[in-house]
Formats: sequence, C-alpha cells, structure tokens
Amino acid sequence: MTDISSEISHNWASSNARSRISRRYRRDRWLRNTGVGAIVVAMGLLGILLTSLAFTGYVAFTTTKVKLEVFLDPAKVDRNEPGKASYRNLVREAFLANFPELKKRKNKREAIKILSSGAQYILRDKVMDEPELVGQTISVLLPLSDPFDQLYKGVVPRRINALARNRIASFESLKQRGLISVENGSSYLSLAIVVGPAILKNPKRGPLKKIMRRAFAELFSGETGRVNYKILSRDAVKILQARIRKDVNFAGDKLQVKLPISPIYDALNRTGKAEKLNPRFKSEKVLDLFDALVTRGMIASPFSWELFVNSDSRFPELAGLAGAFSGSLLALLVCFLISFPVGISAAVYLEEFAPKNKFSDFIEVNINNLAAVPSVVFGLLGLAVFIGFLGMPRSVPLVGGLVLALMTLPTIIVSTRAALKSVPPSIREAALGVGASKHEVVLHHVLPLAMPGILTGTIIGLAQALGETAPLLLIGMNAFIPSIENVGLLDPATALPTQIFTWGDSPERGFVSRTSAAILVLIGFLVTMNLLAIYLRQKFETKW
Amino acid sequence: MTGDNIEPIDEIQTDGFAFPAELPIKIKSRNVDVSYGDKQALFGVDLDIPANHVVALIGPSGCGKSTYLRCLNRMNDVIDIARVSGNIELDGVNIYDDTIDVVELRARIGMVFQKPNPFPKSIFDNVAYGPRIHGIANDKAELEEIVVTSLQKAGLFDEVKDRLGDSGISLSGGQQQRLCIARAIATRPEVILMDEPASALDPIATAVIEELIDELRQNFTIVIVTHSMQQAARVSQYTAFFHLGYLVEFGDTEAIFTNPTDKRTQDYITGRFG
Repeated sequence: MTDISSEISHNWASSNARSRISRRYRRDRWLRNTGVGAIVVAMGLLGILLTSLAFTGYVAFTTTKVKLEVFLDPAKVDRNEPGKASYRNLVREAFLANFPELKKRKNKREAIKILSSGAQYILRDKVMDEPELVGQTISVLLPLSDPFDQLYKGVVPRRINALARNRIASFESLKQRGLISVENGSSYLSLAIVVGPAILKNPKRGPLKKIMRRAFAELFSGETGRVNYKILSRDAVKILQARIRKDVNFAGDKLQVKLPISPIYDALNRTGKAEKLNPRFKSEKVLDLFDALVTRGMIASPFSWELFVNSDSRFPELAGLAGAFSGSLLALLVCFLISFPVGISAAVYLEEFAPKNKFSDFIEVNINNLAAVPSVVFGLLGLAVFIGFLGMPRSVPLVGGLVLALMTLPTIIVSTRAALKSVPPSIREAALGVGASKHEVVLHHVLPLAMPGILTGTIIGLAQALGETAPLLLIGMNAFIPSIENVGLLDPATALPTQIFTWGDSPERGFVSRTSAAILVLIGFLVTMNLLAIYLRQKFETKW
Repeated sequence: MTGDNIEPIDEIQTDGFAFPAELPIKIKSRNVDVSYGDKQALFGVDLDIPANHVVALIGPSGCGKSTYLRCLNRMNDVIDIARVSGNIELDGVNIYDDTIDVVELRARIGMVFQKPNPFPKSIFDNVAYGPRIHGIANDKAELEEIVVTSLQKAGLFDEVKDRLGDSGISLSGGQQQRLCIARAIATRPEVILMDEPASALDPIATAVIEELIDELRQNFTIVIVTHSMQQAARVSQYTAFFHLGYLVEFGDTEAIFTNPTDKRTQDYITGRFG
C-alpha cells in the first residue's frame, strides 16, 4: 500500500485554501438566506391577503339593526294562524310611529326604506315561533336595508365627490387666471365676448349660446381634451341676453361680461369642496330621519349570526352562508365516500399486487396526469356524463360530490401509494416470514402503518375539493338557495366557493364585505381541515 | 405425493465430506439456481441441512448466502424478477411444487431477519400474530400459553413478563431480536432461518442470541447466515462457504475453520478477502 499523504500534501493555511473555505461558507449563508427570503415573501403575501380580507370583511360580522316596539294587535294577528297576518303593515306602522311628523305618502314610503325588506319575515318567524306573544307589545331588533347598514358601519359615505379630477383641474386653471370672482355670495366667470351688430340688435338665445360657448372654449385653446362647458351655469345665456339688452348702446365690439357658474362649481369655488348626496340615498330628509334614530339610541350593531344561520338572500343584510355550508358539506361527504375507498383500493392494487410492466406504468402515468387536469375539465365531464348521459338532476350535491370525487381520486391514489411505499419493507418481510398471506400483510400491517399518510393525503385532497369552484359552476351548483328547509343529496344546492363567486358578482355594496367574510369562513374551514390532518398524522404516526 | 416429478437426488459430493450415516437430513437442495432478472446470483447449489443442527452460511458480501437462505422459505417469491430453479426438499417434499402452500411452508420454516423488525404492536400481539392467523391456538388460554412458552424459549419472558402490553418497538435492540425469534418460534416451525441475526446488535446482546441459538438447536433445525466467522465457529456444527454464487465448500465447522480444502475458503477465513 502506498501512503497518499506523503505524495500529495494539502496546505490548509494557503490563501487559496482559505478563500475556498470562506467561499463555501458564503454559499452556505447564501442558500440559507435565499430560503429565509422566500419564506418572508410567501408569508408577507399571505399576510397581505388575509389582512385585506379581514379589513373588508370584518364589517360583515355585524348587522346594523333598529330596535322597534311592535304591538301585536290580536285584531290583526290571529293567535291560531299567526302566519296569515300582514306583518308588512305591522312593521311599517311600528317604524313610522317614530316619525309622527311624516304626513305625505311619498315621505313615508322613503322612510320605510331604511328598514330591510326582509324585516317583516323576521317578525313573522318570531311570532310563529312564539304565538303566545300575540296581544303584547314586543321589542324586536330588525335589520336595516343595505345602504343604511353600510352607512352606519362607515363603509359608504353620506356624500360623494360630485366632480371628477380633470373637471376640478379645468376650473382651477380658470381660477388661477383670475377669471373667477365672488359677488353677493355667488361666483362669476369673466368672459370677453365679441358680438356682431346683427346680434346686438336682436339678441336671440340660440346664437348667443353659440358665441358664448366659443368664447369659453377659447379660454382652453392651448389645452387638450374636452372643454368643460358645465362650468357655466344654465342661466348664463339668459344673463348674457339681459346684459346685451340693457347695454344696447355699448360701442366696442368686445363685451366683458360676468357670467354665473353652475352651483356645483360655485360650491367648489367658495368652500373648496364639491359634493353631492350619495345616490344610494333618496334624499337628505331620509338621512335626517336615520340620524334621528341614531341619536335616540335605537340603532345597534350586534354580532351577525345571520351570516352563519341564514341562507342566501337578494338583500345582503339578510344573506348568510348556511345554504352554502350544507351544500359543501354534502358534496364533500359524497366526494369522501367515493374517493376514499376507491382511491385506497386502486392504490393498494397498484402498489401491492400489480405486476411491474408497461401496462401498470401506463396506468401510473395516467393517474399522475389526471392529477394535473384542470378542474374545469372535470366539471365538463360531470356535465356530459352525470347530467347529460346518466340524466342526474342539475345543481345537486350528489353530482357535485361525484365530480369532486373524480378530481380528488388522483390526489388520494398518489398520496396513498406514497404512504404504502414508505412502509418499511422489513415489516412486510416480518409478516411474510411468519406465514401471513398477501391480504394479511396488507390489511394487518401495511395499511395501518400507511394510514396517517393516507389520511393526510385524503384531507388535503378534500380541502382542495372544498375550495373548487369551476366544476361546481359547470354543473350548476350555484343555485339560489333562500332556505335550508330542503337539504338533500338530490336538492338543488350551492357551495361555499360558488356562493363567494355569486356574491362577488352582486352589485349591492353589502355583498363586498359579505364576500370577504365568506372567504374568511372558507379559509377557516380549510385551516381546520389541515390542522386535523396534522393532528391525525401526529396521533397515528408510528415512531421507529 | 410429489415424488414422481422430482429428479433423483445424487449423493452429497462436496469434496470428500459426508454426514454420519444415521443423521436425518431436514432439507435437501440440489442444483439450485437463482437469478434476479439477467443477473444470476446462485449457480447449482447442492446442500443438505441436517435436522437439529446449526448450519452456518458464510462468505463475502454478495456471495449468494442470503439468497440461498431466502430460497428455503420461498421469500424470493415476493421479488418479481427473481427466478428459482432446482430442487429443494423439506422432509422429502419439494417446496417449490405447485401443491405446496407457501403460507403453511413459512409457518413451518420460520425466519429471523438481519434488522430486528417487530410489528409496531404490543409484545403479546407480536408473538401471538402467527398462531392467530394460522389458527394454531384453539382458545385464548392456549394462545397465552403459546406466547409465554415462545417468549421463554427465546429467553425474553423474564424481562418482559410485566409489560406484555407494551409496544414491541419500546424494547432494546437485543430484546427486539429475541422477540422476533419468539415470534418465529410461536408458529411451531421445524426450521428457523436466521439472516445475520446479530449484525445489528452489540457484543453483549450478540452473546445472548448466540447462547439462545445453541439452546434452540434441541428443538429446531437452524440455518444461519453470518458475516462473523467467530460467530459461525461458535454456534454452528456445519458450515457452508459461498463465493460468487457458488457453494465452494461444506463441512464440519471445525474442519472448515482449521483445515479448509479449498484455497478460496482458506483465503476468506484467514482474512485475505471479504
């Protein structure tokens, strides 16, 4: 044997060696810091997402309500048939009793819009639950309609900007040129107008208006964009006409006039703000009535159980997730009952029994590809096969669950095979060694040991299925479900993600926060499932 | 019943060695070839295992000794690409015959592996598993009896008698291996195959196992694969030396270690290779 160290020596102290060592450490640090950076970026993005959802959604966890004293007049409500009474009128009278000053029908009609349209049904349900209340004066909390709910929560303002930024800019440019003046509390624009003698004799409004607009447009001759004629008041032509008539004798061809400007720009000039009533509200008067209710302490904003107990509604203040929740749960149940046993059986066959040949390779490739197929394709498949070919009803959780099961199957098969593979071969040998047959090896030893991995994969697959929207939309599982009385595998239903989709598409302001809140609930659901997966894995994992 | 299709077995031919005439032979193997795919691992092995003796299989890594051992209880069956040909007879019956039930065969020929591999179940269940699946015990008392005697024979009972419900994995390495021996004994086998049973154990645990092997010889026929020549010398009565898939030499352990006839055997036991 030859002694290596005598032939080749390595000088650890040389500068080359030193720099090599420090380079290696630098790379170690670089690798570590890259990882830390990646995690920080990922956590930051997640944080931004959750924060924005929480900021938008938190208001949906309360509902603004008004406390009303309702007299359940036995003459109007039959104790034996409490469902038949006109609760609309009862609520109306109780509400308007707070405003005896309202006399006109129109004003009353506007005032009652402060209340949610669903208020009467809440009262009805309460009385139907407790018919013995008839004859008493009860105090009920009834929800407000969406604009007032949102106003109370500070989501929508009372007044909004009336002017776009470029319009304000055009006005400001006039002001800077000293063309705007204030006289007797209103603002005027100085305009130089050239008037021909023919018009001087007979100042008709039509031609005058043309001349005035031309003169006005010249003020902006150097600028691009449309001329903002709306700065001039509608009365400007009339004033100009009067001025010309009064000044018939004016000799020069250039007339310097001061023309009134429209009220909104007048307000902008004098107060620096140009605002108008938020068009969600019918009139200032209604807002005053609402303010009166607030000052009387009749408005409260308690926790919104409605969000969880109610089903969907056209009115955001009444809309809840119960329907979507039950739909999702049923679809997941079907999905689990199909994909779990089928997935495990398939994985056990492929892993434990199937011969290793081209055909089993082909199956394996196909399963892996199946996991990568876009979910919308599974939706189309479900639509074509389950609804089209097999004639199953539309929009029902059974079909939804079947489609989700198709989607979840590859995930479960792949994770189950991985879990089976990770069972140490020594356990199989031990079982075979005492004479266990194939099914005993699998059922007594391998499957129980693989179970934590299988459960984790299954739960992650189900969590994916829970958040899946596209396939459910395709089979129509976004039905409008206003009550959860008919909940079954063959009843039309909606699911959490499709409910979010529907709400996100709705124009009412209240659905914006409702959507965020629903997303938060869905995320909460997913987190719970993943925690369950972690718990199960840790509980059943065998330590070696 | 299967005698018709067995080729006549020749007399043992290994270089002048012969068993004493009265010694009953438990396992006879003739012309055993094993290949994994294209690679042949064993070439025409002829070997007899006498009853109630310990036969050690030695040889350098990859020589085919474990492969041969796994032929004896058909553990090679579970490897898809493994092909076994030749004759292996247990008490005169070809174990590769179609009529042989592998499950029963493996109950009759127990196996202990290199790495202790108790089931992640209780100590009791580990031992009781074999009798349960084979229906050896008729009732619970009988099953308990089997478990206790098996543990006693494996020399483990005194150490675990108070905690039979504990997980088999909670035991130390040496105890785990004795538990595996108890598990193998519990199915009442005739032969016990041991694949380097002490290689993962410390010297003290190894000594315990070796003593145990010597005791077990009273009731069982034992075939043991080992890397340690000292161990082979200590526990076995007969030794087979494998090299590159061939059975090179077989004989009395004492003869093999003191006076090997083959040069390769000599080189191996004197430490020239391996």
